[in-house]
Amino acid sequence: MAVASPPQSIEEQRRWEGSLDQLRGLVSERAITGETMLLNMGPHHPSTHGVLRLLLELDGEQIVSCLPDIGFLHTGIEKSIEDKSYEKALPLTDRMDYLSPMSNNMAYAAAVEKLLDLDVPERGQIIRVVCLELARCASHLVWLGTHAIDMGAMSVLLYAFRERERILGMFEMLSGQRMMSSYIRPGGVWRDVPDDFLPTIKQFLNDFPAKVDDYEALLTQNPIWKDRAQGVGVIEPDVALAYGLTGPALRGSGVNWDLRKAQPYSGYETYDFNVPLGEHGDVYDRYLIRIHEFRESMKILNQAVARLEQVKGPYRSENRKYCPPLRSELGQSMEAVIHHFKLWTYGYDAPDDEIYNAIESPRGEIGCYIHGTGGNKPRRVHFKTPSFIHISALPVMAKGYLLADMVAIIGSVDIVLGDCDR
Amino acid sequence: MGVSSKLGNLGVVTTTLEQAVNWGRTGAMWPLLFGLACCAIEYMSSQASSYDLSRFGMELNRATPRQADLLIVSGRLTRKMAPVVRQLYDQMAEPKWVISMGDCASCGGVYNNYAIVQGVDEIVPVDVYIAGCPPRPEQLLHGILTLHEKVKSERIADWA
Repeated sequence: MAVASPPQSIEEQRRWEGSLDQLRGLVSERAITGETMLLNMGPHHPSTHGVLRLLLELDGEQIVSCLPDIGFLHTGIEKSIEDKSYEKALPLTDRMDYLSPMSNNMAYAAAVEKLLDLDVPERGQIIRVVCLELARCASHLVWLGTHAIDMGAMSVLLYAFRERERILGMFEMLSGQRMMSSYIRPGGVWRDVPDDFLPTIKQFLNDFPAKVDDYEALLTQNPIWKDRAQGVGVIEPDVALAYGLTGPALRGSGVNWDLRKAQPYSGYETYDFNVPLGEHGDVYDRYLIRIHEFRESMKILNQAVARLEQVKGPYRSENRKYCPPLRSELGQSMEAVIHHFKLWTYGYDAPDDEIYNAIESPRGEIGCYIHGTGGNKPRRVHFKTPSFIHISALPVMAKGYLLADMVAIIGSVDIVLGDCDR
Repeated sequence: MGVSSKLGNLGVVTTTLEQAVNWGRTGAMWPLLFGLACCAIEYMSSQASSYDLSRFGMELNRATPRQADLLIVSGRLTRKMAPVVRQLYDQMAEPKWVISMGDCASCGGVYNNYAIVQGVDEIVPVDVYIAGCPPRPEQLLHGILTLHEKVKSERIADWA
């Protein structure tokens, strides 16, 4: 494929940066006259959590306005999916929100199932819940470490990544890959959990609550942490709803909206857990909610692991028109060979219909819209991702606070630029 | 260290300037604190407790390219980001090295489409390529050690 050469001359680079005139109407008139200062933050910045660029208008230290500039990680994933069959598009979804690939898999797989009207056996659903909650913990651990390091608490990252390695080890046990697992697939999961998985996760569930207490001991009552987090980046519940925030960013403002409770999927309605809510809608409340979500995830995981021991049976749909047969069947059944060949070459046809399905990712509502063609490839796939929505609310959260608070606010909404730009 | 002779117990070690400098350069190669996508998360894992890059004198990430020796391009490089990466590279002081971490940075990976630069070597010279999507921290460590081998074999005549 021919590739256009990147901008070579200084002139070409300037065009990318834009001119002051282009900003008229976006920043206040005071910035045009030079009364306030325009400060560029990113795309290379240690605490923008990726390649986000913010154009900040500052009056002294105070943020007057904030213009997010996204697209530095636009990968064309949605477009690429259009020329892949439904099953083969799955690995691309891993790489959107790369802190919780399992959630992306789930959003996509569940949407395909809805389009095909495909069943998922109970054991498959339980394994999915285990994966999703482990992914939530792994994602929140990265958030905790980076958020703390942004605010000057260096050591939390080392503790958080210590536990995250154990979760990644479990993902590797399940799928053979640490991060990009492609484990949750339309119809269920790729394979059954290996024998040594259950003892490992039980050991983890036994150890992890004490570790969460350790994180809290480092931060929750820490006066510096409270000074930097409390009363900063406040967003009112009605504003948060108007901007379409979801996940911990919305619940921090006290709005009780969690898709696991509101529109249960994968059997979440049968698990006993609470949805932690904040009161003030500030950085501190969003922090507390994610910390509590660790504990709620532990509750769900304990129940799910107990069920995993009870419930036996298939982990993937038995509908051979959509799900490939077991490897062991291939040597015995001609029909299995035919199904295997058909599914891994052509794939399967999906109806000419459009559906939307959303799940609760660690960041918020991640939705997948699929428009089928009747053939084996979709006409259009679109992901409604929480990071994109949350970045649009950054200007509201940042307005009026100090420049130093900006990194706290970015950290507290937990954005992933791969998720935003796709 | 290339000790060519040791004179009794006088406490004197002889080596060549080349070997001494190259050895020094491998001991504290400060990377730029820079991440693009998924690989950056594995890069963070390498920095954190379990893999501990500080064993190789690399715990100090510099946020400014002026103080960095090593650019680890970790992740997919988009057309919009390419000028930024080039500018960061230009701002780094010599001597400088580049590691292309992961399939996307090395060759575009699974994204052969309109948005992704098909390999970071189209805009900056690359010393070491690391395969994997994303590479495990062990692979990154191996890449860094490979770079150390390369640096140790550099010649004064080529420093210019």
